[in-house]
Formats: sequence, structure tokens, C-alpha cells
Amino acid sequence: MTSPVALDPELDESKPGADKGEQKLEGRSPGQLMWQRFKRDRTGVICAVVVIFYFVVALLAPVLTKLSGTDPYTLYGQDPTYNDTPVLDEFGLPLGWFGGLSGSHWFGVEPQYGRDVFAMLVYGMRTSLFMAVGVTVLLMVTGIVIGLIGGYFGGRTDYWIGRVTDFFLSFPQQLFFIAFMPVVTAFFVDPREETPTYFRALAMLIVLWLLGWMGMARLVRSTVLSLREREFVEAAKVSGASPGRIVRKEILPNVVTPILVQFTYQLPSTILTIAFLSFAGVGFVEPTPDWGRLFAAGSQYAQQDPAFIFFPGVALVIFVLAFNLLGDSVRDAFDPKSGR
Amino acid sequence: MSDNLTLPAQQGPADVTPAEPLLEVQGLTMHFPIYGGFPIKRKVGAVQAVDGVDLTVGVGESVGLVGESGCGKSTTGRLITRLLEPSAGKITYAGRDITHASRREMAPVRSEIQMIFQDPYSSLNPRQTVGTIIKSPMEVNGIEPEGGREKRVRELLELVGLNPEHYNRFPHEFSGGQRQRIGVARALALNPKLIVADEPVSALDVSIQAQVVNLLKKVQEELGIAFLFIAHDLAVVRHFSQRVAVMYLGKVVEVGDRDAIYNRPRHPYTHALLSAVPEVEMDDDAEPRERIRLSGDVPSPIHPPSGCRFRTRCWKAQDKCATEEPPLLQISGNRAGHLTACHFPEEPTTEARDEDVILDPALQALEGSADQG
Repeated sequence: MTSPVALDPELDESKPGADKGEQKLEGRSPGQLMWQRFKRDRTGVICAVVVIFYFVVALLAPVLTKLSGTDPYTLYGQDPTYNDTPVLDEFGLPLGWFGGLSGSHWFGVEPQYGRDVFAMLVYGMRTSLFMAVGVTVLLMVTGIVIGLIGGYFGGRTDYWIGRVTDFFLSFPQQLFFIAFMPVVTAFFVDPREETPTYFRALAMLIVLWLLGWMGMARLVRSTVLSLREREFVEAAKVSGASPGRIVRKEILPNVVTPILVQFTYQLPSTILTIAFLSFAGVGFVEPTPDWGRLFAAGSQYAQQDPAFIFFPGVALVIFVLAFNLLGDSVRDAFDPKSGR
Repeated sequence: MSDNLTLPAQQGPADVTPAEPLLEVQGLTMHFPIYGGFPIKRKVGAVQAVDGVDLTVGVGESVGLVGESGCGKSTTGRLITRLLEPSAGKITYAGRDITHASRREMAPVRSEIQMIFQDPYSSLNPRQTVGTIIKSPMEVNGIEPEGGREKRVRELLELVGLNPEHYNRFPHEFSGGQRQRIGVARALALNPKLIVADEPVSALDVSIQAQVVNLLKKVQEELGIAFLFIAHDLAVVRHFSQRVAVMYLGKVVEVGDRDAIYNRPRHPYTHALLSAVPEVEMDDDAEPRERIRLSGDVPSPIHPPSGCRFRTRCWKAQDKCATEEPPLLQISGNRAGHLTACHFPEEPTTEARDEDVILDPALQALEGSADQG
């Protein structure tokens, strides 16, 4: 916390406001200092731009598909409306160069059905990113609340919260995602009926949330444990502050840093997990466009039509890489001592 | 230096304060439990950090609390500010029993008992501006001073010798001494009647220590605030406090006014403490002072020695010391208000004795060889 920030000469205890009265005497908060350090980090800024670009693309998916004139659900290879512009050959593989790149299908078309890859990708990103943001925010909030309670109150509360955390941590996560998804779905929806898409999303949200909050809780708890013993907390107690006020005003602002850093690591990993779920067949199903499902479909045609998996793959690699590098930069900006 | 501070003679050993007592502590005890055992944890012992401390602080009086590291000084301070829950004993503030008062019950006196902390780097929230830090005690207690809280904060900053324009700055922009001043300003924000200063200068540079001590002295004299000044630096306490209590292993072994403790100590431990203060003697004719070099460490507070706790390191210890705990009394030869807990007290002087008391074997060997050589 006590960063080696240069003290500026204004701090001299000389006559107040004698000659430098007009100068600003605003202090720079740790947050502002962090922002300044972050702006100096070129990698971080570039990655931030890339990440924001992805979110903009996901947000503007309907606009983009309007521009390209395609949509993710139309089967351009089978729909009789598009018979005059064939996109697939007689084996069901895309016509033309590299997966059927063309002016109307910017990233080519899907083998077999002939759906537009660009539209599927941007809509898939939309599904994945929104899901990931939802899940990450949920498990962040849960983790923060549980970690704060355990860390601040300590003792028996902390002991039992810790045991519950251990219990959840002991689940083999990937396996349980796959095993639990049908269970959760069957719990609410009759297996003989079609599961609505929103409900699949909800089930994924629940499963990922239940099995994902522990890391955050642990992190917040450990930070709070060390903060709780700091003398500024005791000073607040001596002034008569309530536990609620101490947590809100004294502790929470100091936990924001690790929370933000953790968020930038958690989000890409959640995206990958969601993609994994769809890939494994327990996430989104046809015809919902989804990043993970694109991989699942693409892997079947990896030999005949490598272009089909190329665009979603490159998009995902760039996104996860940028987000992780962004996380590193955010951490460096917050903690000048960890810098290279 | 302290003639004018000699206390008026009073009757009875308990009645030692010149002014009416603001804070009275009786038999204050803090035992931190130690849990162990498997598979079921149970209490296997206790760290007897504070074990029956009696202390009185009068209105506007400054009392020093000195002792070695780990003797329970800070714990005593934290008990008095109710950061810790005492295991036993009684704390009375202005006639009100606050020993086990809950946060709500404490509310009326909260603003009157404040604390200055040892480490200026951890006692200020790094995410709050100086203004917010000093203002928050007022917010908590719903105090709306005349002209607004911000004006009051600026006044306080000025009072502690900081630029009021630093209102919007963050703690990391200040040096250690400046930070400690902010801590003082925060403690003053509620117009307290008693400030517990827990080693307020020990984390500071020596050159800054004097500034902060003088600031505290000024505050104490101008605002008439009573201080419980916890320190291990005897010189600082001598400068600051009218009365001094010496602690050893969770107990007060000697208490008296400044002159009594520094010039007429009776307890062997006080003698040892005072003789350990390095002194720069410029002239050779100056009265040589006694030399006492203890050996070993303070015994573990988990298993304190029976009887007198100092007996394991005392050169006058006898069988009686192991069996009978000496009470804190005004023993014969003490002036009023000077209490000592010792069966075999020393002469009330700090002048050199015939033979130095050197209990440390290594030091003894060193001295012996020096004499021969």
C-alpha cells in the first residue's frame, strides 16, 4: 500500500498557500495513481482496446449482421430461397476459397448446413460474453460477501465458512459441470419436453455459480484477515464505528484491488468454461449460436474444412490472451512493486 | 526538573491522584486462551498478558506506562479503549463502569476516550483522504461542529502543524511524522478527555520523535486532555508524564510521580530499567550512576513465576519472593503516592553502588578479563 511514490515538493510544511496557493493541492488517490500507471503500460492499453472491441462487437452483433446481410439461423446451403447462390458442393463442403469466403459470407459458411460463420461467431460471442459476465459477476459478489463475513468475523463463523468452501472446492469441477447440468435441467423441466434456451442458460449459470465462488471467497477472506488487524480498523472501532461501517468504509475499498485483478482473470476462464460446456454437449445446443458449440461443430470438419474452426479459434485465442495480459497490467498498475 | 511537580501528601495508598480520577482500573486482567489438543480443541493454557493491573488517571493528567517489550503495556491500552474484552477486573471511566460495555453502551463515552496508534503507516486507511480520515469519527458520532466538519478538520490540521490545504491528500503522500500528526488530529477530532497513546513515537525517526512528543505535550497542556502514554522509551516518558507506572510481565511493579520513579526508585526492576538508559556524561565529576545488567529474557507469560514475577532475574530474590506475591503498597521510605510491589526494596537512589550488579554471565566474564588486563 505504501508505494514508493515520489513526494512532491509541495508537501513541504511551509507557509500554507503563500506562493503556490493557486496550484491545485488535490491529492492523487491510489486509484488515480493506478490509472496513471496503467496508461503508461502500452501492452495493457492495447489489450484493453482489444477487449473493449470484443465487447462492442458482441453488443453490436445485430447491427453487424445487418451490415453483412446474414443471420446465424438461416441455412444458406439448404434453404431453397438461396438456391441461385449455392454455397456448398455436393459433399456438403463450402464452395470457394478457404471455407467459402465471399462478399456475402465474410468468414465463410458452415459445412453441411451452410450457415454464415461470421453471423454465428458474433452471435456466439454475444452469448458467451454475456453469460460469462453474468456468471463472473454472480460468483464475484458471492465470493466477496462470503469472504468478507468469514474474514471479518473470524472465529467460529470463519471456521464453518471455511469448511463449506473446502467442501465445494473438493468437487472435481469439470466432471461435475458435465454431470450436474442434466440433473439441474431435469429438476425443473420435464425431460420429455424441449428445454428452452433461456433455461439452459439459467442452469449453466446456477452450476457455474455454485462451483465457482470459492476462489474469490478465499482471496477476499485472506485479504480481509490481514486488513482486519490493521490499526486503521482499530481506530475506526475506537471512534465507535459499527461493523457494517467498518466493512463498507474501511475494508471494502482496500479489497477492490485484488477483486478487480481477480475479475480480469476470472472472466476469460469463465468464457473458456462455458465454451467447454457447449463443446462437451451439456451447454447450449443447436441452433443457439455459441462460441463453444462452434468449436464442437468445427472439430468434426477440422480435416476437410479447417477454415470453419479457424475464425472462431483465432477470435477466442486473441480474446483470452488479451484479457489475461490485461489482467497482468491491471495487477502491475495496482501494485508498483510487482512490476518488472 | 520535577520539584514543582511533587504531589501533595495524601493519606492512604490507593488515593494517589491529585485531581479527581477520570479513569480507574482495578485488577484488570487479560488472559488470551491457548487452544490445543486433537481431535477436540480445548483450552490448554493462557497467555497472561495483563494480570491484575491497578491504575488511575486523573482529569488532565498524563500517566506514563513503561516496561519491556511484551510486558502487557499495549494490551492494557487496548483494554482501556475497549478494543479487547478483559478477562477480569474493572474499568471505571468518570464513575461509569465500562468493563464489559457493548458498542451501544459505550456510545456516550466513545468520543471521550480516543487512541493514538503506534504505526503511522498502518493506522491511516490508504484509500481515504486525510480529510475523510479525520472527519469519520465525527460522522460516526454524529457530531456537527460549528461551521461544518470540513472547517473543523482544517482547524485540527493546523493545530497539529500540518497545512490545512492538505485536506484532500492521501496518506501515502506524507512522511511518517506527518502521518502521526494526522493520527493525532483524528484522535482530537472528538474533543476527547482521555487519549491512550500506544507508543506514539516509537516508529518514528528520533528527530521526528521530539516534534511529535512536543506536539502531544502542547495538546495536553492546552486542551487539558488526560493521557495514558505507553512507551518503552524512558526519556520520552520522563519528558511527557507527571506520573509513571512501571510494568513487568503483566503487573504494575511500581507507580509514582515522575520524581519518585526517576530519582527515588525502590523496585529492583525500576533500578535495572533506569540504569539501562544510556547517558552521555560530558563532565567527569558528574555523580556516577549505578549499573545493573540483567541476564536472560522476560519469562513466558504462559507460565509466569510464582510469587514475585521478577524474582527469576532479581539479585535480591529470596525464598519469600517465590511463595508470596508482594502487594503494590506505599512501603516505608516512599513518599505519598509512590507505590512499590517488592519484599526487599532497594535504596531510593540511583547513585552508583559499591559493586555493580551484573547478572549476565557473558558480560561478567568480559568485565573480569578487562579488570585483569
